[in-house]
Amino acid sequence: MLTILSRMIRTGILTEPCTEQNSAPSLGSGSQSRTVAPLNEDAATVDALQRELWKTLGRALCIRHVDAGSCNGCELEINAINNPYYNLEGMGIKFVASPRHADLLLVTGPVSVNMEEALRRTYDAMPHPKLVVALGDCGACGGIFGKNYASRGGISSILPVDQTIAGCPPSPTAIITGILQAIASAAQ
Amino acid sequence: MNFESLNSAKLASSGKTLPSNIAAAHAILTRAEWQRAIGDLRAIDAVFLSLWGADDCDRDGSFSIYATFLLAEGALVLQHKITDVIAPSYPSLARAFPAAARMERAVYDLLGIASATVGHESDQRGWLRHAGWPEGLYPLRRSFDGAQQYLVQSEPYEFVQVEGNGVHEIAVGPVHAGTIEPGHFRFSVVGEKVLRLEERLGYTHKGTAKLFESLTQTEAHRLAARLSGDSAVAFSWAYCAALEAITATAVPLRASSLRALALEHERIANHLGDLGALGNDAGFALGLTHFSRLKEDLLRVNAEAFGARYLLDYVVPGGVAVDLSKSAHHLLEEQYRKLAHEVAGLRAIYDDHGGLQDRFREAGRLTPELAQDLGAMGLIARASGVAHDLRVDHPWTPYDGLATQLVTQSGGDVAARVQVRFDDLFESLRLCQTLLDTLADGPIQTELADADSDQLGIGLGIAVIEGWRGPVMIALECGAHGSIRRCHAHDPSWQNWPLLEYAILGNIVPDFPLINKSFNLSYSGQDG
Repeated sequence: MLTILSRMIRTGILTEPCTEQNSAPSLGSGSQSRTVAPLNEDAATVDALQRELWKTLGRALCIRHVDAGSCNGCELEINAINNPYYNLEGMGIKFVASPRHADLLLVTGPVSVNMEEALRRTYDAMPHPKLVVALGDCGACGGIFGKNYASRGGISSILPVDQTIAGCPPSPTAIITGILQAIASAAQ
Repeated sequence: MNFESLNSAKLASSGKTLPSNIAAAHAILTRAEWQRAIGDLRAIDAVFLSLWGADDCDRDGSFSIYATFLLAEGALVLQHKITDVIAPSYPSLARAFPAAARMERAVYDLLGIASATVGHESDQRGWLRHAGWPEGLYPLRRSFDGAQQYLVQSEPYEFVQVEGNGVHEIAVGPVHAGTIEPGHFRFSVVGEKVLRLEERLGYTHKGTAKLFESLTQTEAHRLAARLSGDSAVAFSWAYCAALEAITATAVPLRASSLRALALEHERIANHLGDLGALGNDAGFALGLTHFSRLKEDLLRVNAEAFGARYLLDYVVPGGVAVDLSKSAHHLLEEQYRKLAHEVAGLRAIYDDHGGLQDRFREAGRLTPELAQDLGAMGLIARASGVAHDLRVDHPWTPYDGLATQLVTQSGGDVAARVQVRFDDLFESLRLCQTLLDTLADGPIQTELADADSDQLGIGLGIAVIEGWRGPVMIALECGAHGSIRRCHAHDPSWQNWPLLEYAILGNIVPDFPLINKSFNLSYSGQDG
């Protein structure tokens, strides 16, 4: 237990401000030399975001992710946005296990023909209002897979898409920015 | 080359050398020879790697079925030409090599070539074809238009029913609760205990094999990198190595070493992710926090040293895309030192944590006997005492100069798979340091030997690369003028998915996420 506690204390809080775009690669992550600006300290940003969330949805934002046929590259970066550096949950945005709990559907992949029905059903199971974000080049337009006998191409060929986030895979910063933009545009 | 351990004298003598990154032979067999060879190969404990087919009706009025095996001497590719094009079939491998069963179903879905079994019925259910294209149409046939779209006509899929007092089913997926790929799991349980698990995969089938045929030889490495994004370096290297073998292109030494560095970085990043997720699935969130922090550090170093967090387009035909600067050397060395130190500390925490070890030990046991019999691959095999690693058994350049240490465990449970990941990671760090220390000067790319001027760039070649999950294979057949006639990609998840069905038996349903994560198999890599 002592080892665990000392590790926590030595590591400190690493979360970076959410306004930081494409944060410069930094090596000294666990060391003292690094200046960290925990997200929670950036009060204005978080306040503004929370207000928009409340205005739009009346609560925190819940995301349901569906892989509609991706190569699993985008999934790696979606997982990264919950690591201590990006700490998406610190903004009141969290991933949920059921579409019935979700406000936003985050979809990766080209839509494979074999996932088409499951994707539609997931979307139908979500309560209103609902947002759809298409993630990655494949989600945006089908990417390298395009349309073929087994792929329907981009997410918009199956669902109404509110926001696309390009990249192969998009960086964690790009994903977070895209999610925030989706919320902002819904609020207007 | 000479495959002396094979009884079949004809096979050994008729085998021709095949372009590859390791020693490889290719033999064309009659139906009877094919059947005999399968038995012989089982008898000498050959490792079954992959099965695929091709439509050559346009060329010589036949279909072909191919199987690759790994032997002590190298890789052996068997080919059987099927001249009955009305009802094409070949003798099934599944009795001798159970891992072939799903591959045979996939070959049928894509090519309409059936496996013929004796004495028992083969599984007629579609594997990659759910209902997305009409029955009786086969995407990999030359006559099939790959761009055509079809309406989905829902079809029933019959899972094996378990009957008895108190038995009920739990259906999970294809959409799962977390951020993972889609697949369907059908559990038959009594109370919490799992009596049977049946997987249904194929949901992410994107028609990649057909797509390869529409790409040129010098652009298809980008598709190879996207067969399974977490194994991008392994697959793109395998593709490029196959192409380079066929075109007799010698890659500069510096490029080979940089490829190996990228491959080991991919291995380390995936192991860091898995070790964190395994802690988390056993209720130890601190593990996830710290390992995901270390993984992020490594990805940022990748971005600085190689130009991208994930190295999807790093390996290119003839070499690598970005050179490593002198300043990046220090960056990498510091990263390796820091990782070694931090991971050792976290390992001590994992090893000493009673609650964590209680969940890890005895969970999801795959016995060494079963792993051997069913043909387990890579990391999963090595956690069950099956000692195969291409970097050790058939080291290709630059691994031939690295003396990779084989990492194994015999426990076969989640704890063993955790230990293999830790040991693998430390061995990878050692390899990375050695690669840096011995990095040759020189160019990072060379021109491909002209692939379309004469016969040089035409024909079949294979390459196998030990990715972080295990051996990945690309079998490439080049056509004229820089075209691709056929490209078959194989992910070790094909062999390991069926083993998960065994590992879960007798465990409780709530342990499935942990056991599944300890396998961490690719859906996209298997679905194609």
